[in-house]
Amino acid sequence: MWNYNEKVMEHFLHPRNVGEIENPDAVGEVGNITCGDALRLTLKIDRESERILDAKFQTFGCASAIASSSVLTEIIKGKKLDEVSKITNKDIVNVLGELPEEKMHCSVMGMEALQAAIANYRGENLSKHEEEEEEGRLVCKCFGVTDSKIRKVALQNRLHTVEQITNYTKAGGACGACIDEIQEILDELWKEKPCSKDENKTGFKCMTVVQKIMRIQEVLDKEVKPLLQNDGGSVELVDIQDMKVIVRMQGRCSSCPVSHVTLKNTIEAKLREFVCPEITVEEAK
Amino acid sequence: MKVIDRIIYCDNNATTRIAPEVFEGMKPFLTEFYGNPSSIHNFGGQVQKAIDEARASVAELLGAQESEIVFTSGGTESDNAAIFSAVRVKEPRKKVLISKLEHPAVLNLGKELFRRGYNVLEIPVDNSGRVDMDFIEDNVDSDTALVSVMWANNEIGNIYPVDEISRIAHSQGALFHTDAVQAVGKVPIDLSRMTIDTLALSGHKLHAPKGVGVLYIKRGVRFKPYLIGGHQERGRRAGTENVASIVGLGIACKLAIKNMKEENTRVKELRDKLEDSLLSSIQCTRLNGDKENRIPNTTNISFEYIEGEAILLMMNQMGICASSGSACTSGSLEPSHVLRAIGVPYTAAHGSVRFSLSVYNTADEIDFIIEKLPPIIDMLREISPYWRKRHHLQKV
Repeated sequence: MWNYNEKVMEHFLHPRNVGEIENPDAVGEVGNITCGDALRLTLKIDRESERILDAKFQTFGCASAIASSSVLTEIIKGKKLDEVSKITNKDIVNVLGELPEEKMHCSVMGMEALQAAIANYRGENLSKHEEEEEEGRLVCKCFGVTDSKIRKVALQNRLHTVEQITNYTKAGGACGACIDEIQEILDELWKEKPCSKDENKTGFKCMTVVQKIMRIQEVLDKEVKPLLQNDGGSVELVDIQDMKVIVRMQGRCSSCPVSHVTLKNTIEAKLREFVCPEITVEEAK
Repeated sequence: MKVIDRIIYCDNNATTRIAPEVFEGMKPFLTEFYGNPSSIHNFGGQVQKAIDEARASVAELLGAQESEIVFTSGGTESDNAAIFSAVRVKEPRKKVLISKLEHPAVLNLGKELFRRGYNVLEIPVDNSGRVDMDFIEDNVDSDTALVSVMWANNEIGNIYPVDEISRIAHSQGALFHTDAVQAVGKVPIDLSRMTIDTLALSGHKLHAPKGVGVLYIKRGVRFKPYLIGGHQERGRRAGTENVASIVGLGIACKLAIKNMKEENTRVKELRDKLEDSLLSSIQCTRLNGDKENRIPNTTNISFEYIEGEAILLMMNQMGICASSGSACTSGSLEPSHVLRAIGVPYTAAHGSVRFSLSVYNTADEIDFIIEKLPPIIDMLREISPYWRKRHHLQKV
C-alpha cells in the first residue's frame, strides 16, 4: 500500500477543477490508456494579458495522478503564461508535500500536459510539439519515452540511477530491454555535465537524508576530488549531521600538515558554493 | 482521515483472518507448552503429539496419508522445495513446463531455472484462462523433468484439471507439482485418488496464521530437501517446528472440512449476487476469467476507462477491502501478468477489481458494496478523459 500523505489524499478525494472548458484557448493532452495514465488539460486564457483565467482537467490514473492534476490547476489559475511556463514537476510535488518515489511520473505528467497546452496556445500545434519530442531517439518502446525526455527529466530532478528514471518517466519499467541504454544516457549526461549550482540553496534543508548524502557525494566527486587528486589526495564522506558535513582526508591529504586549510578553503567552500552556504565541514576524529 | 467504523474484508485471496478457534488453540503453545518436539522428555513429547494431531487434520482435508505431509514456512517455500527437488531427482532431464498464470513463487522460479540452463516452457492459455492441453500433450517428452500448474488461480479463480495434466506428465516419466494455495478449503480435494506428486498449501489463506504451510509429497516420490539441517519432518524439512502455527493450521483444516459446504453454497451465492449486481448495474464492465469453472469465493471485474488503484482507495474510505490487477497497485508499471496473459484489453486491465470472499462475509456487507460501488465508479469516470469519448475510442 502506498503511503500517501493527507494532502495527496485530500486532492484525490476532492479534486479541484475537474472537467472540460468549452471552447478552450489551449488544450494539453499527454499519456494514453495503454500506459495506465493520461491527462487532458483545458485552459481559458485572456489574450491581452496572457493570464490563465480558468483551468480544468480530466485524468485517467491512480490517486497520485489525480492529485497531481488537481494541484496543477490550482497552481496555474490566475497566473500569466510566461510565469507558468517555468513550472516543473518539482513545483507540483512541493505543493503536495511529497509523493512516493515510484509515483513521481504522475507529477511529470502534469508538467508535460501544461507544456503541451502552452505550445498549443502559442500556435505550435500539438502535432508539432509531438514532433519535437520525437526528434529524440525512442528509448523505451513500451512507454514511448525518448532520450530527450530522459535527459530533460534527469537534469530537472538530478536523477542518477535507472531506477529513478523509471520512477519519473516509466522508461524501463515494463520489459526492461532499454535499461542498459538508459544507463548509457545517464553516464554520458553526468560525465559531460559539470555540477549544476543549486539555484534554491535553502532546498538542501528540505532534503531527505538520502538526498543529502547523494547531493554531497555528487559535489565531492565532481568538484572536490579532482582538485585534491592533483596533489595525490582524496576525501571520503563519513557523516552528515544537520548542516555539518564530516569527512575523512585520504591519500596524501591525510598526512598533509595543512589539510585543515584544504578542508576549509576547498571542501567547505565548494560545498557552500554548490549545495548550501550554511554548510560547515569537519574532519572525522 | 475519517475513522472507519467497520471493515468489510473481501480480499481473502490475499490473506484471511485467523479464525478465533485457531487463535485459542494456538495460545497454549505460545505460553506454557514451549517444549521442543524433538526432546526426549515428556514436556517436549506432548508438543510432538500436538504436531502429529495437526498433521492428521491436514491429511484428512487433503485425502492424504500423514506421512505425506511436511510442514514448511508457507506456500512459497513449498513451491521452491518441490520444484528444486523435482529437477534434481530427474537429472539429467532439462525441460520444465509451467502455466503462464502461475503465482510469482512458481513463475519467477521458472525464470531462475531458465538462467540455470533449463528449457522452461510457459503453457499458453486462452481468453478465459484455460490452459492449452494440446500444448502440454505435444511438449511433454522424455526430456521433461517437471510440469507445474496451479490448482486454482489467485486473481481470476479459475480451476485447472490438475489430475489430467499430472497423468500427461507421468506418461513421459515427468513429475507433476501443483500450487494449491487458493484451492485448499474451497474445492474438495482427495489426493488418494489422484496422481499428483507434490502440492503446496499456505496456512494464512485458510484462516491459520502467516508463516506456516504444507508441502505434500506423494508416498514413493523421491524428494531432496531444500533446507538442510536437522532431522525434523523425517529429514525432509530441517529446522525446529513452528509449533503454535502448525497447531493453528491443524485446527484451520478441521474448520475447512466443516465449512467446505458453506463455501460452495452460501459464500458462492454471495459472490454471485455481488458479481451479477455490479455487472448489471454498472455499464462498461466485464468479468475476467472462466465463469463456469472457478473457486466459489472469487470474482474479478473490470470497470473500463478508470484505474484500479483509484477505485480501491475510494472503497478504502468506506472500509471495503479488495484488490486490483492495475499497474499502479502491482508495484510495477504494467498490469497483472494474469490479465495480460488472458488477453484482457489494457483499457480494462487497469480498471480491474478482485473481490474474494470468505465464510465471515455477510449478506449485509455484500449489499453495502452493491450500494456504494456504483457512485464511486461514476465519480471516477467523470474525472476520466476517456469516459465521454469512449464511443470514439479505439480499443487497444
